[in-house]
Amino acid sequence: MSILIYAESAEGKFKKVAFELASYAKKVAESLGSTVTAITFNITDASELSKYGVDKVLKVNDSKLANFSAKAYADAIQQAAKKEDAKLVLLSSTTDSAYLSSLVAVSLDAGFASNVVGLPVSTSPFQVKRNAFSNKAFNITEISTDVKVLGLAKNSFGIVASSSNLTEEDYAPSINDADFAIKIESTEKVSGKIAIADADIVVSGGRGLKGPENWGLIEDLAAALGAATACSKPVSDLGWRPHGEHVGQTGKPVASNLYIAVGISGAIQHIAGINSSKVKVVINSDPEAPFFKVADYGVVGDAFEIVPQLIEKIKAFKAQ
Amino acid sequence: MKILVCISHVPDTTSKINFTNNESEFDTNGVQFVINPNDEYGLTRAIWFQEQQGATVTVVNVGGPETEPTLRKALAIGANDAIRVNASPTDGFFVAKQLAEVIKSGGYDIVLAGKESLDYNGGMVPGMIAALTDFNFVNSCTELTIEGTAVKAVREIDGGKENISTALPLIIGGQKGLVEEKDLKIPNMRGIMTARSKPLTVVEPVAANNNTKAVKFEKPAAKSAVKLVAADNLDELINLLHNEAKVI
Repeated sequence: MSILIYAESAEGKFKKVAFELASYAKKVAESLGSTVTAITFNITDASELSKYGVDKVLKVNDSKLANFSAKAYADAIQQAAKKEDAKLVLLSSTTDSAYLSSLVAVSLDAGFASNVVGLPVSTSPFQVKRNAFSNKAFNITEISTDVKVLGLAKNSFGIVASSSNLTEEDYAPSINDADFAIKIESTEKVSGKIAIADADIVVSGGRGLKGPENWGLIEDLAAALGAATACSKPVSDLGWRPHGEHVGQTGKPVASNLYIAVGISGAIQHIAGINSSKVKVVINSDPEAPFFKVADYGVVGDAFEIVPQLIEKIKAFKAQ
Repeated sequence: MKILVCISHVPDTTSKINFTNNESEFDTNGVQFVINPNDEYGLTRAIWFQEQQGATVTVVNVGGPETEPTLRKALAIGANDAIRVNASPTDGFFVAKQLAEVIKSGGYDIVLAGKESLDYNGGMVPGMIAALTDFNFVNSCTELTIEGTAVKAVREIDGGKENISTALPLIIGGQKGLVEEKDLKIPNMRGIMTARSKPLTVVEPVAANNNTKAVKFEKPAAKSAVKLVAADNLDELINLLHNEAKVI
């Protein structure tokens, strides 16, 4: 018996979430006296996984799987789980992993808990802590099936180095042509920008910016920090910024290391969406803004005066 | 075209979240319930297909009698009829089994469900009903058009979007973007009146496993007070972020 993880990659390179998932799996494997097997798609050199405690990797190299396909990938993962007799299958919480996780769970007759935020609370019965009520609460979920699938919330465990002897094995699951009924016609990625989901730092603007013409302030601050940009719901509803940048309860969730809110009052729905971020900074002219109640650091004042100064100071700091 | 819209009955997004019965149950006291926002985007898109392309729209919910006002609201917005599966929605797989049964017996071409509900945030029901029905499945869907049986959809991906073509029958995990915020419908008096006489059928659940159960809830630990930095002392902010928080 081993623990199976899906080590996500893009363009032949592992994503950071893959290393976080491996770190988590290693820790769970230690408590269960088990080993960690990873499945990868179109990765030539998987040796990086040996830094995070993975014992074995099943490498699927198939040109049909060059693009992500939820059904085909899920099919490969469930076959690998059966081959390895995995009782625990661990997935990330990226858009792609969230897409395939329930397909994997159903095909393995496995109970599934998503948004898991820590090591199992108990392994018998098997209980995990997960985010619920849009980060306003946690819930302890018990999984009663023999095989279990967990989706690990991003940035909830961290990356922990642990070297291992990695065995690499080429693996060719049988993939059905019917798995490709969803055809990708084209992909549009915002070039030159950091995706909110991948960002360690997110700089976000609200209605306090007064108009789309002032958005350069947010972008310049983000550029100085190497951060992604985001916005509050009113800003995307007003059309100042695209929907894809809206973070909050009905927008994208943010679980970054640092979240900087500029001119965002901090409605409960906004806070729910960004509350998984480790450190929160608010810059707002209204000292009564609710965001100050949830932030770690705050500056009361006019964003139009503070942000340009902050940009210069960060640039000077980075230049040191 | 027969459309089924899956509706979760969830606390309003502004609700304070509390628990009762030794922290084992959500405290519904004083909580206003609404159509799950991710489902409402799908419902509104479904009504567009009804108005523009002659589709019929059925809404379905797995829940007790207390969820009927939420289904009536969906009827007031414009759905043709409603189904309530009379069971407590305690596990995603159990709920998916009930919905798959409704889908199979109703002969639907397209099923719109929110990509996740804002109460348990399981995010698993759309994928599970796709696995149980073998319909095509697009998750995190932000745009959807249908011509005959041909489907064009846009899926949100990390850092961009994917343009997809596929065919009916189809399950959609919907989210913001499916319709513009301004197109969300508030029921008018006429809608509310007609909703009263639209059919709401109650069906009993089929046997299905509960693979998981929520045993306990916790609220996040109270936060320490914000550290305020004077606007003319931004060096201190950089110092704190670097040396104390260690995030830059």
